[in-house]
Amino acid sequence: MTALVTLRNVTKSYVRGKQKVEVLHGVDLAIERGEFLALMGPSGSGKTTLLNLVAGLDQPTSGEVLVAGDRIDQLSRGSLSDWRARHIGFIFQFYNLLPVLTAEANVEVPLLLTDLSRSERRRRVQIALELVGLADRARHKPNELSGGQQQRVAIARAIVSDPTLLVCDEPTGDLDRQNAEEIMNLLQALNRSQNKTIVMVTHDPKAAEYASRELHLDKGRLANDSRRAA
Amino acid sequence: MKYFGLVWAGLWRKKTRTVFTMISIVIAFLLFGLLQGINQGFSVAMSTLDVDRLYVSARTSMTDGMPISYLQRIRNVPGVRAVSLWAYFGGYYQNARQPIPAFATDALELFKVYKEIKIQPEYLDAMARTRTGVLISEALAAQHGWKIGDRIPLGTSIWTNKSGSNAWEFDVVGTFDASAYGMGFPSFYLNYSYFDEARQFGTGQVHYYIVSVEDPKQADRVSRDIDALFTNAAVETRTQTEFALAQSQLKQLGDINFIANAIVGAVLFTLLFLTANTMMQSVRERTSELAVLKTLGYSDTKVLVLVLTESLLLCVFAAALGIGLAALVFESPALQKLFGNFSMPSLVAAMGAGIAVLVALVSGLPPAWRARQLNIVDALAGR
Repeated sequence: MTALVTLRNVTKSYVRGKQKVEVLHGVDLAIERGEFLALMGPSGSGKTTLLNLVAGLDQPTSGEVLVAGDRIDQLSRGSLSDWRARHIGFIFQFYNLLPVLTAEANVEVPLLLTDLSRSERRRRVQIALELVGLADRARHKPNELSGGQQQRVAIARAIVSDPTLLVCDEPTGDLDRQNAEEIMNLLQALNRSQNKTIVMVTHDPKAAEYASRELHLDKGRLANDSRRAA
Repeated sequence: MKYFGLVWAGLWRKKTRTVFTMISIVIAFLLFGLLQGINQGFSVAMSTLDVDRLYVSARTSMTDGMPISYLQRIRNVPGVRAVSLWAYFGGYYQNARQPIPAFATDALELFKVYKEIKIQPEYLDAMARTRTGVLISEALAAQHGWKIGDRIPLGTSIWTNKSGSNAWEFDVVGTFDASAYGMGFPSFYLNYSYFDEARQFGTGQVHYYIVSVEDPKQADRVSRDIDALFTNAAVETRTQTEFALAQSQLKQLGDINFIANAIVGAVLFTLLFLTANTMMQSVRERTSELAVLKTLGYSDTKVLVLVLTESLLLCVFAAALGIGLAALVFESPALQKLFGNFSMPSLVAAMGAGIAVLVALVSGLPPAWRARQLNIVDALAGR
């Protein structure tokens, strides 16, 4: 397998008040294409910061971040927006759907950035909603859906533009056990049947069991890296 | 266009707030449309005023009387085609809250001077035959349900008749169509000869002589000649064109143009803050949603344009409603009576559209800029 994501000696520090806080200390990491990586660790260990760097939401203080062959640490804000639109699908803990839009309109939002025709956008939205099992809820607004259903709409939004990498930040953190399992089964299916590379931050060991690789962070350093047999 | 749904949905995120903001904008632009429309209406009405018609009044005040003997002397001035007269009656119908713009005149001459006012010749004959006769405008007849043959009692706060009463009775002998004149043509005419004989005081006094000249190019010269006739007379005269007279009468109401612009300016200035506040609140509430859009690949500039478009949509849509309502108001009979057949000029609509765009851009820019500068990581973390 080839590395889809490569981090070389990445550090990230923030200034909080008068203090400079270093969150990541010289992280080296390679994520293979088709991997399902669970990033774990205690609060403040740097999981979300690492996820943000891989997803092009933030820039490292030093070091290199290569994703799909692009040195994204060198891209400008504008270029990074375009890059995210082409390569990254996001799934958030609290779904972050636009409350005023229907499920299908929410899923269509990333496609508005493409040159696709309206009918082609509609077709792709339909496919994505069918894939997550919510084609019959296309006209519903988020407040008319359960938490699990909202997260499935968010997954449909994440996959509709066929991104290179799916990035999930605590995708089951706001769900009950049954819904959490359904979401994890869906992500695993996307990883296995569609060969989607997934990077997921989670506190939940049960959720991490669905991943093919577990990476533990502690105080901004990689602490433990283990692969699970398929 | 493909982003329209996204922008429209964002606009209606808080329906009540959007509706109230929209109502404020609609009212502001309704006011703008009305005041600017009235300004334009006066301009249009004034532009239709006749340049070959002159008004002669006492130099001291237009309410002071001039002797009736001036009539023949004015008639003899070279270049004068016809002369008629007005004497204020100052009437009211039933009570003082229903004033009637009534004047005593020489009807036959009056309608020679006002060629554009349409009246049937038999009504003029009837007026000549009937001392207590009156000619009224069709609009006034319709307003009070009066018709030919009716006897109309009018009160007046000025004139007492020889029987010691200020209640006068007149017989409607004809109607005329004053719609071609537009602005404020008096709508009730009684016979000067009857009025002059019947009143207890002020006999032989006239408030205006209205002069029609043969050649508009000679209007200035005729004006000067008339005023020269009465230099050092007991009552000196001031002769003005119809346009100048209308202007001086409007000035008595104050500088309407200035007042209208000041009111509209204050309203639009307030509107600017109102809209800016609404947009700022809306953007503040949607911080995480805007951060999600940026996460999905919407560039800073795109987010700025989306917020600005939302502001534009709000202002332009509401402004169009306000101006449209104002245009409808101008079709109402009350304003048609004042301005004649008048529609809101397209210039006012264009000005309104321009101001709406300006308000939208100025009020939308600060929140749009804030949205543009939003840092995704901080916004998603709720910082």
